[in-house]
Amino acid sequence: MNELAIKELLFKMADDQLILGHRNSEWNGLGPILEEDIAFCSMAQDKIGQSLAFYSILHEMGESDPDKVAFTRNAGQFHNCHLVELPIGEYDFSLIRHFLFDTAEYLRFQSLTNSSFTPIAEVAAKIKGEIQYHVLHANTWIKQLGTGTDESIQRMQKSLNMAFPYALGIFEESQYEGDLLSENIFEGEHILRERWIEEVDRVVGQTELILPDLAAEEAHLGGRIGEHTKHLQPLLDEMSEVINIDPNAEW
Amino acid sequence: MVITNHDILVWLEEVKDPEIPVLSLIDLGVIRNVDIQDTKVKVTMTPTFSGCPAIDMMKQDIVDILRSHGIEDCEVVVNFKDPWNSDMISEKGRQAIKKFGIAPPPSNGLVLDLDVLENINCPHCDSEDTLMKTPFGPTLCRSIHYCNNCQQAFEQFKPLQ
Repeated sequence: MNELAIKELLFKMADDQLILGHRNSEWNGLGPILEEDIAFCSMAQDKIGQSLAFYSILHEMGESDPDKVAFTRNAGQFHNCHLVELPIGEYDFSLIRHFLFDTAEYLRFQSLTNSSFTPIAEVAAKIKGEIQYHVLHANTWIKQLGTGTDESIQRMQKSLNMAFPYALGIFEESQYEGDLLSENIFEGEHILRERWIEEVDRVVGQTELILPDLAAEEAHLGGRIGEHTKHLQPLLDEMSEVINIDPNAEW
Repeated sequence: MVITNHDILVWLEEVKDPEIPVLSLIDLGVIRNVDIQDTKVKVTMTPTFSGCPAIDMMKQDIVDILRSHGIEDCEVVVNFKDPWNSDMISEKGRQAIKKFGIAPPPSNGLVLDLDVLENINCPHCDSEDTLMKTPFGPTLCRSIHYCNNCQQAFEQFKPLQ
C-alpha cells in the first residue's frame, strides 16, 4: 500500500477534527442558551477524541506521538481545510459551518467504512455513529432558523453565502487521489463532493435558504498543502500555550 | 493456582464505569477479550465514544483490580476492532442504569432522526410524557430530557450504532 497516500489522508482528517474541535470549544460558556453551550462542547470533545484516534494510527505508522503531532507543529505543517480554522464568528456562522462540515464528515466516514486499509475502516465505523448526532443537531437548527423569522433567515443566508466557498475547500484533491482509489483505500474527494452537494441541497431545500450557485463559486484551496489563512497560527499558539511553557514536562 | 478466563471476567465485574458507578464494564459491554499466557493477562476493551475521557481511568481500574487478585503482569489494550454500540449493554446493566436514575438507551437503537430520543420513558416514574431538551449532555454518552408527569429533568444513556 502507498504509505504516503495513507498518511496524507490521515493527517487531513485528523487536523480537520482537531482544529474544528478547538474552534467548537470556544463556545464554552458563551453559547446562546445552555443546551447549545453543552452541544458545542460535546461536539468539541467528540472531535478532539476522533482526531486522537487518527493521530494514533499515524503514530503506529512511525509518526511522533499524538500530543507532539497535535501541539508542536506550526501552521505550514497542518493539513486542515480553511473552513475549520475560521474564527467562530456569530452563532449563525458556527451553525452553518457545523452543518456544511459535519455533513461532509458523515459521508466521508460512511465511505471509509469500506476502506481496504483496516485501521481507517475500523475508526470510521466507530465515529460515523457519533458524527450522526452532530449532523442531526445541525439539521435541526438549519431547518428551524432557515424557516424562522426574517432576521434568522437573512442571517443564516449571509453565513451560508460566506462559508460556502470555504466548504468547497474541504474537497481539495490530493496528489494521491488515483493511488487511493486504485487500492480501494478511499473513493476520493470528487465523488464525496457530489454526494455532499446532493445532501446539503436536500436539507437546505426544506428551508427558505438558497444554496449558492456552484458555477459561480470558487473553492478556497491550499489548506491540504499547508497554505492557510491568517487565522490558523494564532489558534495554534493558543492551543500550545501550556505545552510550550515546558515541552518536556511529565503529566 | 491456574487462572481461567472465567475468573478474570468475574473479577472485572468489580470494575465500574467511573461516571456510572453502578454499571460494571462487563455489563456496559466494552470488554472484548481476555487472553491468558502463563502468568500474563491481556485484556482488550473498546470505548463507548471515541472521545471518552474515562478510558484511561478504566484501564487503570482494570490493572488495579487484577493486581488485587494477585496478577502482576497485566496489560490493557484499547482498540476499535469490534466497536461498541448501545445494544451491547446487558439487561442487568440496563436495570442498573435505570436504578441509578438514568434512562437506558432504546434497544435496537437505530438512530435515523432525533425523534428516536423523544418520549423516552422517565427513569423515575416511567411516564412517556417526556421531552428531549438536548441530544448532548454532561458526558458524551448522555442526552438531557424533561418529564412532564413528575416534572423532573433526567438523563438518558444515548443509543449509538
